[in-house]
Amino acid sequence: MSLDIRELFYNYDGKPVLKDVSFLVKEGEVLGILGPNGCGKTTLLGNLNRNLSPKGGCVFLDGKDLHGYRKKDIAKEIAVVPQDSRVGFSFTVREIVSMGRMPFQDAFQGDSSEDLRIIEDAMRKTNVLDMADRYVNTMSGGERQKVIIARAMAQTPKILLMDEPTLHLDISAQFDILDLVYSLSRSEGLTVVIVSHDLPMVARYCDRILMIHDHTIHALGRTEEVLTPENMRTVFGVDAELSVDPKSGRNTITMHGSATSRT
Amino acid sequence: MDRRKKTAIILIALAAAFVLLLFLELRWAQLWLLSPQEVWESLTGENRNYRIIVVDLNLTRVLFGMIVGAGLAVAGAVMQALFKNPMASPYTLGLSSGAALGAALGILFPLSFVPAIASVPILAFVFCLGTMFLVYSIARVGNQTHMETLLLAGIAVAALAQAAVSLLTYIAGESITEIVFWGMGSLTVSLPWVKIPIVLVLSAVGIFAMLYYAKDLNAMMLGDAHAMDLGIDVKKTRLALLIASSLVTAAAVCFVGTIGFVGLVIPHILRILLGPDNRLLLPMCVLTGGIYLVGCDYLAHLFAQSLGVMPIGIVTSLIGAPYFIYLLRRRKKEVGWV
Repeated sequence: MSLDIRELFYNYDGKPVLKDVSFLVKEGEVLGILGPNGCGKTTLLGNLNRNLSPKGGCVFLDGKDLHGYRKKDIAKEIAVVPQDSRVGFSFTVREIVSMGRMPFQDAFQGDSSEDLRIIEDAMRKTNVLDMADRYVNTMSGGERQKVIIARAMAQTPKILLMDEPTLHLDISAQFDILDLVYSLSRSEGLTVVIVSHDLPMVARYCDRILMIHDHTIHALGRTEEVLTPENMRTVFGVDAELSVDPKSGRNTITMHGSATSRT
Repeated sequence: MDRRKKTAIILIALAAAFVLLLFLELRWAQLWLLSPQEVWESLTGENRNYRIIVVDLNLTRVLFGMIVGAGLAVAGAVMQALFKNPMASPYTLGLSSGAALGAALGILFPLSFVPAIASVPILAFVFCLGTMFLVYSIARVGNQTHMETLLLAGIAVAALAQAAVSLLTYIAGESITEIVFWGMGSLTVSLPWVKIPIVLVLSAVGIFAMLYYAKDLNAMMLGDAHAMDLGIDVKKTRLALLIASSLVTAAAVCFVGTIGFVGLVIPHILRILLGPDNRLLLPMCVLTGGIYLVGCDYLAHLFAQSLGVMPIGIVTSLIGAPYFIYLLRRRKKEVGWV
């Protein structure tokens, strides 16, 4: 399933946040949306599942305007892993993951055997099955993030949107989470959109990158095409280079320092 | 112990408590106690001597206690979840006081276009809803409501409403003893068989709406964004639950007065025992809240055997206020004030 974003505009109280943003999210790809803090990335993500409504332009899900969908039907196709997933209540992991089935259920309907199978499956895929009965409010940030990904998988989505998935996580947990999502995209054909300001992580995992600068698209294309030293200098103010890490065979970024300090 | 086992144990305990309390309440005759046989024969109509005591006084108190306790507890559970605030309840956020003001106005100035008895619940509901939105809008900063501002707003608005009720009492003179009783609540009410169906229907409608949205409320406890991501219309659900809470609170308060802390204590304890899933928690609050209030009513009678009926609100506050203080102390540690 694809997402087609056309001439999207968004503003808060008259202050423009997104200007004339158009791009296509292709089925089965991992697309990184990259930009410095405050450039409108999270706002863009909110527009992709209609948590926010565009002030101009349209988002098409499988060729149909997102506004023609019921919110519940959008949640059947698009799952989200938000930035902050702190939970103040003692829900168990299983309870949180089973919330992923809510878009498919009516008010008084419980989990069917099919739902239970999907929930179990989502927990197994995301390696949280062994902590199914633990309370999420006692967990570390990385564990909780995995639980939220499990919930997203229980939505059996075609598209997964992730907002700064590596923020506040230990380095090893960052790799765990993104390895997991990357492998799901390869094995299940899941379309993934990752919003981040984490250059090395995005370089490593994304097939294509959309770079946002000054609230609009600065560059869009394959990772090698977008993460050029010029683009990274303009958008992030760093002197950096993209190369292939010989050991993992994946893209990596070498940062030499701040662009201003070296010129 | 898993939550299903705990639920079963609580249900058994509630059933036992209910049977015991029903018997204790029904046999109470102020200066002496009726025998089981006298109670039974009064219920079946064979014994007419004690019928008024058993059926019209004691049974109506039990019924009011069940409905009002259920309503206050479930409204408290919903408000705690909605505001993500364990100290929220109809009483602590000032809704009970707002509803009492509306009810007092309803007694003194009945609406001309409805039957006199309907003025009270209608105005109680309108004022309760108004109080809810007033407190909410005072406390809200952007999309957030902070625990402390919410409670302070509740206290301020409650003080205002209570002053207005006192003013009405002062203007109306001593004749309105009914209003005076609201300060602390009483399950002994005039015209009980007219009022019970009204309270029952209003509470049932509100509680049904709460149960309908119980699952959505679970997701909203994680945060609005989470709920929206799961396809929930957060604004609509929140509005529906605020209206339902106001309706249930108004129904609970309009004839028996403000009975404090039921909606604070019961959901909080049950959430510790059973977890936060509202699909289980809300129905359990209905049962436990009802039986708890009947128990408090029994205590009120037990303590005041020689003095007559003691306002039930004294009992619930003596139990609830220390619990509230305990929650405040714990909160103080959480935010690092100590």
